[in-house]
Amino acid sequence: MAKQYETVIGLEVHVELATKTKIFCGCSTAFGAAPNAHTCPVCTGMPGSLPVLNKQVVEYAMAVGLATNCQIHQFCKFDRKNYFYPDNPQNYQISQLYLPICHDGFVEVETSAGTRKIGIHEIHMEEDAGKLVHDEWEDCSLVDYNRSGVPLIEIVSEPDMRSAEEVIAYLEKLRLIIQYLGASDCKLQEGSMRADVNLSVREVGTDKLGTRTEMKNLNSFKAIGRAIDGERQRQIELLEEGKPVIQETRRWDDNKEYSYPMRSKEDAHDYRYFPDPDLVPVLISDEWLQAVKDRQPEFRTEKLARYKVEFDIPEYDAEIITESKHMADVFEEATALCGKPKKVSNWLMGETLRLLKEENREPETIDFSPKNLAKLIGLAEAGTINQTVAKEVFEQIFYHDVDPEAYVEEHGLKTVNDEGELRTVVEGVIAANPQSVSDYKGGKEKALGFLVGQTMKAMKGKANPAAVNAMLRELLS
Amino acid sequence: MANIISDETIEYVGILAKLELSDEEKEQAKKDIGRMLDYVDKLNELDTSGVEPMSHVFPVNNVFREDVVTNGDDHEAILKNAPAAKEQSFMVPKTVE
Repeated sequence: MAKQYETVIGLEVHVELATKTKIFCGCSTAFGAAPNAHTCPVCTGMPGSLPVLNKQVVEYAMAVGLATNCQIHQFCKFDRKNYFYPDNPQNYQISQLYLPICHDGFVEVETSAGTRKIGIHEIHMEEDAGKLVHDEWEDCSLVDYNRSGVPLIEIVSEPDMRSAEEVIAYLEKLRLIIQYLGASDCKLQEGSMRADVNLSVREVGTDKLGTRTEMKNLNSFKAIGRAIDGERQRQIELLEEGKPVIQETRRWDDNKEYSYPMRSKEDAHDYRYFPDPDLVPVLISDEWLQAVKDRQPEFRTEKLARYKVEFDIPEYDAEIITESKHMADVFEEATALCGKPKKVSNWLMGETLRLLKEENREPETIDFSPKNLAKLIGLAEAGTINQTVAKEVFEQIFYHDVDPEAYVEEHGLKTVNDEGELRTVVEGVIAANPQSVSDYKGGKEKALGFLVGQTMKAMKGKANPAAVNAMLRELLS
Repeated sequence: MANIISDETIEYVGILAKLELSDEEKEQAKKDIGRMLDYVDKLNELDTSGVEPMSHVFPVNNVFREDVVTNGDDHEAILKNAPAAKEQSFMVPKTVE
């Protein structure tokens, strides 16, 4: 019988924090500036420059630690990790080895096999490196230090995952927690969340871990899934052939669906860490820790439980809405204003998601005000506008955040509730469509639909379809 | 000298530090490092159980900055530190992954 193998996976997740400035200097972290526009002597590693810690970085790191059930090292400090590479101008990265800010936590994830608990070994604070661009014309590389010194937290899991499904569930969970905290936007494609996968295989039933490899360059959940399957297969094939797995860093090529070794032996992982003498220790008082605890938001799990009790909306809707903290905020604010959770949910689940999808946008980018959505629902509920007009006005809200009351007034979109005017139009339609009238009278219900449509058209969509229907039936009876 | 540094060790430390040492310099470095380690051995004779490791020479904690942008675009001055520059970037020998 063929041997059965088990995959053992641990993750190192880097998350770029959403601070306005870098971790050790007052340079902006804004994305997309011209090369080196956001640099100074500190983040380009000039001798004699002195790093000073950004307090917000410590607060975000603490908040993420608390949200992932970590212990907090109330006395923590920074260490230097030494390596030579042009993206690292100091020749060391300021990181935390000996006393990382958070340790020994866990998150619970839902998988098809039920709830799984994934341990978090530690979370530490560190600085990002610059960006290298390889010049196409000359035999050189160009370095942009705008990203150098952007604050990161690295979340190191225990080797507790056994499948790609668990890995993706774990990453989704971290992403939601961090987005809810506003600590990062966590976009894999844009690199504000990066995952390195440590993977080994062993025969089912053994306790000893196999030799692991570390895989980098995984920038989508799909790529992570494929890389895990590909690397698992590669390692099993080596073992089956009686060859050893070499402990190394490998780069995943998602096009070729294969990983390649990245670092040569010369660059052995010997970082010679030592305490950074430029930075003084961080002492987190009980009061400070408590203040951060008190500011923690309501997370998704709690929110879902509350929605179940408070709002009469389908569970599926609640799940989709709470997948984005921002969409949940819009839902709650609009509902508070109009008191119609089901209507708000329908606009979000239907038109909002449809328009977002059309533009390939994330729910986080919704930029209309909940007040305008609430007003629109009010107008539709009062019968001031009909459903067709409401959809048209909603697009204006979605794209331009217009005030629906003003917009409806300005464009004369109010439903005509004047019975006299409606009667005149309906009479005109009846006179102009003798064939349909006789069809209807002959028992063809469908013909009535046509006449309703003609009336709506004549009134430029501003009639109440139910009223038109009733009026037609009355006049044709 | 109690600590003898091997040729392999000095070679490896040289690679890590990106230093190219002559044979003479290697011999000298072996002696220097050996003496440093001897001194560490001497320190190890002290009983330090129950002594908190020192984290910093100054008795200072919690020196922070608020998260406010204070630096503007100063790339011209910064790039003067570059041995070579191109397209507003530091130019370095080609790096290959």
